[in-house]
Amino acid sequence: MESLKTINEFLELQKRLLAHRDPTIPTLIISAGTCGQASGANDLIRMAKREILERKLVERIHLRITGCHGFCEMEPSVLVEPRRTYYPKVNPKDMARIVQAISTDSLVEDLFFVDEATGMRMETQDEIPFFKNQVRTLLEMNEKVDPIRIYNYIEHGGYQAMVNVLSKGDVRWVVEEIKASGLRGRGGAGFPTGLKWEMLAGQSNGHGKILICNGDEGDPGAYMDRSLLEGNPHGIIEGMIIGAFGTGATEGILYVRNEYPLAIKHLVIALRQAYQLGFLGSNILGTGFSFDLRLVRGAGAFVCGEETALIKSIEGKMGEPVQRPPFPVQKGLYGKPTLINNVETWANVPIIINNDAQRFKKIGTERNSGTKIFSLVGKVKNTGLIEVPMGITLGEVVHGIGGGPSGTAKIKAVQTGGPSGGCIPASRFDLTIDYESLKSAGSIMGSGGMIVMDEHTCMVDVAKYFMNFLKEESCGKCFTCRKGTQRMYELLDEITGGKAVPETLDLLEELSNMVKDTTLCALGQTAPNPVLSTLYYFRQEYLDHIEHHRCPAGVCKDLITYSINETCTGCQLCLKTCSVGAVTGEKKEIHRIDKDKCIRCGACRAVCKFNAIDIN
Amino acid sequence: MVTLTINGLEVSVEEGTTLLEASRFYGFPIPTLCHMDGLSPYGACRLCVVEIGQGANAKLVTSCTYPVQEGLQVRTASARVVKARKMILELFLASCPQSKTIQDLASAHDVRQQRFKQEHEDCILCGRCVRICEEQMMAKAIGFRSRGEKRSLGTPFDLKSETCRLCGACMYVCPACELRCTYTEPDRAICGGCANLGPPCLEKNSFDDMMCYMEPCVACEIKKD
Repeated sequence: MESLKTINEFLELQKRLLAHRDPTIPTLIISAGTCGQASGANDLIRMAKREILERKLVERIHLRITGCHGFCEMEPSVLVEPRRTYYPKVNPKDMARIVQAISTDSLVEDLFFVDEATGMRMETQDEIPFFKNQVRTLLEMNEKVDPIRIYNYIEHGGYQAMVNVLSKGDVRWVVEEIKASGLRGRGGAGFPTGLKWEMLAGQSNGHGKILICNGDEGDPGAYMDRSLLEGNPHGIIEGMIIGAFGTGATEGILYVRNEYPLAIKHLVIALRQAYQLGFLGSNILGTGFSFDLRLVRGAGAFVCGEETALIKSIEGKMGEPVQRPPFPVQKGLYGKPTLINNVETWANVPIIINNDAQRFKKIGTERNSGTKIFSLVGKVKNTGLIEVPMGITLGEVVHGIGGGPSGTAKIKAVQTGGPSGGCIPASRFDLTIDYESLKSAGSIMGSGGMIVMDEHTCMVDVAKYFMNFLKEESCGKCFTCRKGTQRMYELLDEITGGKAVPETLDLLEELSNMVKDTTLCALGQTAPNPVLSTLYYFRQEYLDHIEHHRCPAGVCKDLITYSINETCTGCQLCLKTCSVGAVTGEKKEIHRIDKDKCIRCGACRAVCKFNAIDIN
Repeated sequence: MVTLTINGLEVSVEEGTTLLEASRFYGFPIPTLCHMDGLSPYGACRLCVVEIGQGANAKLVTSCTYPVQEGLQVRTASARVVKARKMILELFLASCPQSKTIQDLASAHDVRQQRFKQEHEDCILCGRCVRICEEQMMAKAIGFRSRGEKRSLGTPFDLKSETCRLCGACMYVCPACELRCTYTEPDRAICGGCANLGPPCLEKNSFDDMMCYMEPCVACEIKKD
């Protein structure tokens, strides 16, 4: 790979790559992000390569391995360009037929996606409701580029924004564009990005300024940043180079959690390629502008997503937040002015520069411009990553894109913002998704996790789950957070165990409010959110647990019993499955469960083919 | 000089002063546990919180760490502050009831009840011992390990420290007095001070005029038997 010494050399390369492209040659795209690989995409890749080689189709079919496209429910999936034929849940055995079809310009109709609502077969990805209702400015790049081929990225417009910025040579313009776009931090707090950039630009260059990409993404169930880092690492690198130019930063750090090995691998490769081509390092493309970017891996702590704790982590110390002021922009990593932005924020930068700020501002609402990627998971039909404009309603997301409930039970609530967020009941699904409205409803946008819950989800259990997570992830410095989360968990455990009294609820509320008020960092300040929001919207469930010792959703083990009804055929399957010997009964006779022995593990319910086991 | 308002009183202090120092200088009492003059502020116990700002932006911050700012409005004993302090002390009592320091603070703030499941921990992880060992004794023999529930205090890998000079400062500054003598288990003792130096109280017949800062001191207890 040659090193590019001037902007003109870049433009020459770009021209060469585009000239080389033959849009008539079909491309077989296999999405192989972590979710795809977990579903078996690697087998598809193997089969595809084998078929293409054996049938001598190397010149006639291109193969592109990409990151996650977002429809994780349907992985492993295959997309064929230029027609954009979509094949969901592909079995490796069917790969041969798909390759054969592509080579003869035909389709394999029995492998098409079937829309459950209408029963219709749909050939192209863009017809499918899940995709149709999204605005995929970021995720579409995950379809177009092979993350470990920088030439592929350049071919699809990559690094054009960086070159535009360098050619223009106006640092103020860069910051003004980001300000004009209205981009707000996608990490969860929603601070105006342009304003933060302006603050860093205003700091003296003195001993150097630092940019950090926060790739810690700790919320359980959130993997938007993972898909961006795995699927288009160059997009983030380009965003940071532009940011460095506009703010005067000289070095940058990509902080990625250690639990994302594929993202780390792709970033290491991407950084190497960017350095080789001359997009990083000193005197970039001969403009005199220099910027160094390196990768730092996290060490398994949720709290290190908090910016001051993240800085400590990079410095090699324990990840404990510190008080602000002074803010990192004034005094951050190694005492230097530091700007920290989330992965998705950085990814939006090249798009804003390329397409002009006003275009970006037109999407979304007045004070919330652009799109946001959400991880839509839980009891919903179409789970995966979705990219929607700000201002879309929760209902449109859960039903329009998500396809409604995955089972027979009705959807009860949506949890947004991870452990720092809250649950919003189905009655409020007319709520628009933006920073302010979610906050006023008792939740937060957060990094984009969206967990759908149905009638079989116990809201008290949900609060307890998050509190369990938080009490382990708290750094432990603040007494109120460390002990507060422990005690909140203890009280929730009492409630789900049927050992609580009405005063328990008052104590829980009082404790929650105190923890929210007195703790140093956002982890502790938002830790009571799951409790307070479920108490606000689902207080009756709490009261059922406390006053009637009942769990209406049938989840809390100490408050439910299993029993066998008349549909039992006496097949003995549950009897054999039960690990504690709680089931008795003769063949072909209705069985019985001994309630004292039963531990409510659910194994019998899972194997019963007749739905004969009820939860009371 | 920085001018700010504390409890309605306009005061002027040097830049770099913390809200705690400024408030105490002007006679406004603020309870603390993890704070100690001469050590860097840590902000772990949260007891020193004061309310700053106005209206919807008002929030609680730890006065020991927060630097004075021009025009800041500070309230050291507003209803919000007092309510928070009482709840914090209730939590302290629920974890560490045997500490005289915590008991005194609780009764001074009218905390008469403790509604949580009672625990008997010896350490509140305030970090005074860590800070005095690192900052004043320059030994850095003990520190924090792990996080959340599992956070604890000790020497690296719980081995007897080689940098510990047996000064006993950690025991001296402990508000909950965890680091009492582990006289009966010399291997686990951080300094083994009592075991090595033989405290003078063991030679005496009566302990009345001893200025023992640890009560009960295990050495005393053993002597009684």
